[in-house]
Amino acid sequence: MKKILALVLALALVACASLALADEVKVMTKEEFDAAAIDDPVCIEAYVQANQSWWDGKIKLYLQDENNAGYFVYDMACTEEEAEKLTVPGTKIRVSGYKAEWSGEIEIIDAKFEILEAEPFVTAPEDMTDLLGKDELINHMNEKVAFKGLKVAPSKVEGKDDEFPFLYAWDGSGSRESNSDLYFNVEKDGKTYTFTVESYLCGAVTEVYANVEELKIGDTIDCEGFLYWYNGANPHITSVTVTEPAAE
Amino acid sequence: MRKRITAGLLLICLLFVLTGCHGKQSKSGFSVPEHFDDQTPVEIVFWAKNDTNKNQVAVYQQAIDGFQALYPNVTVNMRLYTDYSRIYNDVITNISTNTTPNVCITYPDHIATYLTGSNTVAALDDLMDDPRYGLGGSEVRFDAPTKAEIVPEFLQECKIGEHTYAMPYMRSTEALYINEDYVQKLGYEVPEVPTWDFVWEVSEKAMEQDENGLFKVNGQKVLIPFIYKSTDNMMISMLKQLDAPYSTDEGEILIFNDTTQSLLEEIYIHGKSRAFSTFAISSYPGNFLNAGQCIFAIDSTAGATWMGSEAPMLDIHEEQVVPFHTKVTMIPQFDPEKPKMISQGPSVCVFSKENSQEVLASWLFVQYLLSNEIQLGYAETEGYLPVTRKALESDEYTDYLARAGEDNKEHYRVKIEASKLLMENTKNTFVTPVFNGSASLRAAAGQLIENTVKGARRKQEMNDAFIEKLYSEVSSLYRLDQISGNQQARTIPTGSWVLLGTIAAVWVVIAIFKLREAKKNKTKQ
Repeated sequence: MKKILALVLALALVACASLALADEVKVMTKEEFDAAAIDDPVCIEAYVQANQSWWDGKIKLYLQDENNAGYFVYDMACTEEEAEKLTVPGTKIRVSGYKAEWSGEIEIIDAKFEILEAEPFVTAPEDMTDLLGKDELINHMNEKVAFKGLKVAPSKVEGKDDEFPFLYAWDGSGSRESNSDLYFNVEKDGKTYTFTVESYLCGAVTEVYANVEELKIGDTIDCEGFLYWYNGANPHITSVTVTEPAAE
Repeated sequence: MRKRITAGLLLICLLFVLTGCHGKQSKSGFSVPEHFDDQTPVEIVFWAKNDTNKNQVAVYQQAIDGFQALYPNVTVNMRLYTDYSRIYNDVITNISTNTTPNVCITYPDHIATYLTGSNTVAALDDLMDDPRYGLGGSEVRFDAPTKAEIVPEFLQECKIGEHTYAMPYMRSTEALYINEDYVQKLGYEVPEVPTWDFVWEVSEKAMEQDENGLFKVNGQKVLIPFIYKSTDNMMISMLKQLDAPYSTDEGEILIFNDTTQSLLEEIYIHGKSRAFSTFAISSYPGNFLNAGQCIFAIDSTAGATWMGSEAPMLDIHEEQVVPFHTKVTMIPQFDPEKPKMISQGPSVCVFSKENSQEVLASWLFVQYLLSNEIQLGYAETEGYLPVTRKALESDEYTDYLARAGEDNKEHYRVKIEASKLLMENTKNTFVTPVFNGSASLRAAAGQLIENTVKGARRKQEMNDAFIEKLYSEVSSLYRLDQISGNQQARTIPTGSWVLLGTIAAVWVVIAIFKLREAKKNKTKQ
């Protein structure tokens, strides 16, 4: 009788363990992640490249792996102490959550994480200048990218004729004091694109914020950032360098 | 002799405690100064919220300039926010360091939390009624509204307990923005007051696809027939329309009930079929609506300038916009004969400060925000409604409303129809009870819907276990178990606790003396 009972208990234990494992999603390659449908559970391992500020018990992370696969983790719950560790660039983490799409941006939501032991890895931006305006650009969503030789194009505020090299907030309603996002237009091969300095990623105290505030219409610039998507490509710029100032 | 001394000491103690309480009450209640000092420079900090709208920022600046011209010794420093929750969090942080702003755009739900700090938000009752500096007072240097000229429903919303802690600034409600062309293409006519059943039925009908996987109604790969921006409001409005429990005025949490479950079960069905989604899950309803990828979009009337294919504000590329006729109606109802819709929109509060002149200057600035110039200027930036009868009944506003559709900017038809919707239904609006924790309950109401729709999309089964787990998770996430049933005890002020404790202590001391006296008498005998 005792033996039967032990056997039943052992089988129950195995069954429970199997069920628990079945609930876990195995770590995916980028191809598997791309193939997953929206709302499917996903699990990836990648390295923290940057973050938007921790707030209200949540954080947004820009991740990338050694194969240049980029991911955006939206509002992952963590404590402030955990956030301090997560925001060290190069930290390797495993993220399990659900694949989601918000205004075209593919992200991981309702995510849980585990910090992994690994050598830190910080990626170098890949030059995507030639893909600006092309459909293939979407294949590099969330990656750290660079755009070179762009000309600063004028931004306008509705109802006014004035031209500005950048705007505080999309319509010029913001300010430095309010730590508003910066919006600026760049031109390449006759086409204009809007880039953003996302203030929760690079706020008013950062170098890139100050550099954009110094831009002049006609400046030629190199930019680096993360290829975020919002109803189209909307790079979150982290670095701007003027390579050729506008003619006086 | 000893007894007299003791009794005297006790009396002094009691008086001290009572005086202490009185002083505190008068400080938070605020005594209006005899005169406004217009010589000594005063700086006031104003935390304002705009809908990322430069016209609104311009109206705030106009208010500051106009006010400073009338009161040259007062400087108003504005800090702009685009998110109520950021203001809320910053105020809470600043309460602990005693660095709150002077004036702040806010919601009564938030004020209820601020009030748990000591001496935070000034009660405005005395200020409102002051004959010199009160609403429309004799010493006010501009044409301010009187108390009777503020829409009573809106003023009532700013009352917490016995006191008024804010002035309404703007009011809005939610509207149902409809692609009428698609509704007709699907074989329906939009009723004057759409019901929930109507919206669900048309939404499901719209999900039909052709052999290429394109939706028949719009010929596109993408269609979310029904999108709700604020799921907090969705759940709250549905419960209110059904007269179902949500919370008591005292803060008892009643939302986890059978009606909520049946609503979630219905929502689950449409979440699963993908006929329904939310802002948090998919994005702005207006973007899908304008791209011909949504039929029913519910958003604030304060977002009306973004709604419709001719909207002056556009968040998608122009080439993505699909032309259609936008119909504006009230949100769906369960009983069209007894419509109910939420009243929302910014209010403005004044924070207590040691310097009474600073508080008075802040109060005067708040009144300036209620003047016609500012009320009309701000209301016309969006589908807002001014909060004073003085503004609502003005010739300027009547003319503005009459010119609906004259252009697609200032007189954008959808925006003005959204304003009219609230104007004509002010009596049908409601607000939820305000208490410390009501902001969390509101968020929890929305989270129930968000998690249900996510669960449906993630192929989780809807059953009692799902609901039980959902209730438990949401209650825990928003710490509702720490609010429910404890409000009465929580709302007793610290001063009252000290007073009650002291009275109890006094009685204990009296009892000790009585006992000792009785013992002495017994020994003598």
